[in-house]
Amino acid sequence: MSDYLQRVSGFFQALGRPVTEQLVALGRAARFFVEVILASGICLRRPGLVVREMYFIGVMSLVIILVSGLFVGLVLGLQMYDTLERFGSGDIVGMVVALSLVRELGPVLSALLISSRAGSAVTAEIGLMKTTEQLTAMEMMAIQPVARVVAPRFCAGILSVPLLTAIFNVVGIFGGYLVAVHLLGVDTGTFWSQMESAVDFRMDVVNGFIKSVFFAVAIIFIAVFQGFHATATAEGVSLATTQTVVKSALVVLGMDFVLTAFMFRGI
Amino acid sequence: MKRQLLDFWVGLFVALGIAALVFLSLRVANLTGLDDGSAYSVLAEFDNIGGLKVRAPVKSAGVTVGRVSDIDYDTVQHKAVVTVAIDSRYQFSTDTSMSILTSGLLGEQYIGIQTGSDSEMLQDGDLVWLTSSAMVLENLIGEFLFSKAKEGTGDTEAQ
Repeated sequence: MSDYLQRVSGFFQALGRPVTEQLVALGRAARFFVEVILASGICLRRPGLVVREMYFIGVMSLVIILVSGLFVGLVLGLQMYDTLERFGSGDIVGMVVALSLVRELGPVLSALLISSRAGSAVTAEIGLMKTTEQLTAMEMMAIQPVARVVAPRFCAGILSVPLLTAIFNVVGIFGGYLVAVHLLGVDTGTFWSQMESAVDFRMDVVNGFIKSVFFAVAIIFIAVFQGFHATATAEGVSLATTQTVVKSALVVLGMDFVLTAFMFRGI
Repeated sequence: MKRQLLDFWVGLFVALGIAALVFLSLRVANLTGLDDGSAYSVLAEFDNIGGLKVRAPVKSAGVTVGRVSDIDYDTVQHKAVVTVAIDSRYQFSTDTSMSILTSGLLGEQYIGIQTGSDSEMLQDGDLVWLTSSAMVLENLIGEFLFSKAKEGTGDTEAQ
């Protein structure tokens, strides 16, 4: 009888454990978020640290952002023109490319690209520092690792992602322009004027920018959190790096829906 | 890496990003258009505005001279009240007429202004009396069918 009871309670324990573990992780993440925000004052006191991290997060991601942006724009131009031409409205291809890039594809795709290019690197770097006990050594020297290691990366990420998104958008529109005007023969003036009349500054450009800022906070926070709380083994760091990319992708896509629902509900 | 070189690359990156943002706002969203500072507002009442939206263009002779800034409903007269912001460079007489037109057959709707002959000009907050409503496609088809049906009965009576 007692054996049976034990098995039943064991079943419920096994059912509840993942839930409580997730809740504990969420609580730890929230506490860490506040800690990072409080430590972010160092970004103003020592801008040199932020500039160094911006080099690794921003400048090193430029190539992948430029190339992907260009090809996304090229493909969008081709695909949209093909479909729109069936309704005889191939001329509005500029507007469609610009709207879809500025509103959705730019913020989401660049966030995904940056999280896999820079987010994973940040996680691996911090995780390795933890594994080799550099973080503990810092604490021994009365240097706060959250302020010295985490906060500059956090600030640099938040500054870099919106800028990279803007570059992605512009390069994508240029790609659409190349395909539409030089390959498919849409008139240059029509391409730009249709785009100008359809894209609204407040509704589209500003909302896209706000989206990219939210994504920036999400992906860079996931990256530093995973790194800082990685298990201090080689296996732990590799797991944390994978988790960064997976979780960033899920959070970005989920957040995109929520933000879009908030922003474009009025139309 | 040398400090100077690092700063250079980051500076270049930030400059590129800001240039992209400026391009997006100015070239793509055309922020340089009409600014509200030099515009005056005119009210117009319509029986039916169809699919007119806020920020729709207001055109005279095909030139955009203003934008729809607000759409409201008059609960007493049961009419739509449209506020139109017109660039102060353009003046229109008080007997100006406004009509809601459609660009293309199913395109976006805009307000067309036909100026009158009065020597007095519209001032900020004036009401435009001469208006004609939007063409609603369903009503048009209804009228067409109705007139066709009437033709049909007229023929049979003649026989």
